Amino acid sequence: MNEAAKILQEYKGPKLRIMEVCGTHTHEIFKLGIRGLLSPDIELISGPGCPVCVTAADYIDEACYLAREKNCIITTFGDLVKVPGQKTSVSKERADGASVNIVYSPQDAALMAEKNPDREVVFLSVGFETTTPSDVLAVKYAMDKGIKNFSILTANKTMPKAYEAMASATDCYLYPGHVHAITGTKDCYDMLAKGTSGVIAGFTGPELLTALAVCVKKSQEGEPFLVNCYPRVVKDEGSPAAIKLVDEFMEPCDALWRGIGDIPMSGVKLRSKYSEFDARVKFDIPDMREEYKTPCRCGDVLQGKIKSYECPLFGKACTPDHPVGACMVSDEGACSAYYMYGGLI
Amino acid sequence: MDERITLNHGSGGHKTSELIADIFKKNLDNEYFTADDAAVMPAPEGRIVMSTDGFIVSPWEFPGGNIGKLSVCGTVNDIACMGARPLYLTCSYVIEEGFAVADLVRIAEAMGETARKAGVKIVAGDTKVAGKGQVDGLFITTAGVGVIENDVSLSGSYAKPGDSIIVTGDVGRHGCAILLARDEYGIEADVTSDCAPLADAALALIKAVPETHVIRDSTRGGVGTVLYEICDQSNVGIEIVSDSVPVDPAVKGVTGLLGLEPLYLACEGRFVVIVPSEFEEKAMEILRSVESTKDSVVIGKVVSDHQGKVVMKTPVGGMTFLPPPGKELLPRIC
Repeated sequence: MNEAAKILQEYKGPKLRIMEVCGTHTHEIFKLGIRGLLSPDIELISGPGCPVCVTAADYIDEACYLAREKNCIITTFGDLVKVPGQKTSVSKERADGASVNIVYSPQDAALMAEKNPDREVVFLSVGFETTTPSDVLAVKYAMDKGIKNFSILTANKTMPKAYEAMASATDCYLYPGHVHAITGTKDCYDMLAKGTSGVIAGFTGPELLTALAVCVKKSQEGEPFLVNCYPRVVKDEGSPAAIKLVDEFMEPCDALWRGIGDIPMSGVKLRSKYSEFDARVKFDIPDMREEYKTPCRCGDVLQGKIKSYECPLFGKACTPDHPVGACMVSDEGACSAYYMYGGLI
Repeated sequence: MDERITLNHGSGGHKTSELIADIFKKNLDNEYFTADDAAVMPAPEGRIVMSTDGFIVSPWEFPGGNIGKLSVCGTVNDIACMGARPLYLTCSYVIEEGFAVADLVRIAEAMGETARKAGVKIVAGDTKVAGKGQVDGLFITTAGVGVIENDVSLSGSYAKPGDSIIVTGDVGRHGCAILLARDEYGIEADVTSDCAPLADAALALIKAVPETHVIRDSTRGGVGTVLYEICDQSNVGIEIVSDSVPVDPAVKGVTGLLGLEPLYLACEGRFVVIVPSEFEEKAMEILRSVESTKDSVVIGKVVSDHQGKVVMKTPVGGMTFLPPPGKELLPRIC
């Protein structure tokens, strides 16, 4: 057995809570069976880093409103289609005749607008620092080409304020490598200054095992720490080009995280000078926010308060075929990962 | 001959006769190929096996084959999985009005060539033409008859704990080739469908190892779906070593990019073979001696634990479930 796996298996000591923030980390950890290799004194908490899982119900309602009332062509990444809104979902609207197209990149959505000049095309822009630059590029493309029938419905989120909001739920963050490939390491150092430990982790089996083993070893030293275990991709300065691009088009805003609530300044939206590409402004979408009542406990799962299988709906009323909560929709959602891979851990 | 198929070609009149003579008879002819209402063949000795399969693949042509080749391989392989020698096929076409005759010729040529390779005779057929837009290109249904010449009995319900599981080549290539041929993702990769008739390999195997428990061709749902079916049918669990599952590097790249599991992508020229472990070596020797199964690999074993589940040993030494099949990955794959 390799050294890292041995450290993880043989750890004995105070309970160590490690929150993997990124949905891809959650998925890979399950897929590689890493949980089964851990000492019982190590607890992995699946945090809020799956973009689909933290997309608020009223956002889905806004998308459905655009499809139904404004006859827009909705373009989206596939996972979002099945996420339940307050009353409906994009997939239900599609079954009722709405135009919904799954795309693999925001650019494809802009191209669709170019090819369908007589229809309004809206891209559902959700995601973190990793995907926001490509959303912005689609807007830039539309702007440069003079495409007037393209806009994006933003629910883009940023991690730093979420790190602060969730810090008490974890002893150590497994920071999302690809987010910090864009933003650099500054936000992690800011958290370190506030006493929160973390390691920046890659996504392969050896990278994940190494990062987790570093969490364990450094925790035993007793001081807050930050280690970049993904230096081949994450540089301190991040990607200046991506940062500049996003900053030019987007500005910080408050954001509602499904199951967690409002986190001030944890999102970005298009700056007002680009509002012709902002679907919310362009179509004057009415306020859809209302108190969202659901027995689903995704919020508690995302905050590490319960495990997926402790939710009364898990595997019964809520399955990947009939998801009640967003965490069951995406492959990167904690509940979906537990449902598909769980049982051995 | 016309350039395009018209409704007249399906009328049963002289245009239909022309189509049969110039395209089907020309490419598929043999001593039993009939112009009558049904073909008449001598009854073989042994038990008769029958199967049928419909083919609606889109696009109809792809790297490594076309719908004609696929329609022969599909039914031939289904029959071979029962340990039978495939003998005769029938084929039924539903062709869209306007379909290019030259393309139909290519499809018939592929059917004829594949049938000869598989040692099976196409003895009867039917042609219908549907109006423009009523079908997409053409659909083919084949039905086949084979004969089990010995007392071999194979079934997905015969897997026993301890048995070895063999896959007869790299997985997911057909599904990946179709996905790329549709050109929906802007990805270019050199992936050829594994579509091939496998009867010779199956017959060689059961002759040398009549103790073989299961032969199953992994088509639409890929090898993963077959493994889950066998778990269910035999009330066993299955353990595979994920690193041992052969995946073509290009397929690995494409599926990695799109978040797809190669074990759930379709194959059209791969068997899952389950034999008692003491016959593993012999079975591998035989399979590797036949061209279509020369890259056979042992990927795991049947176990009595976790019944109904497929468990994978991961590269980092962890154990995880192969997520059960469910999602429709790609419609119209075969």
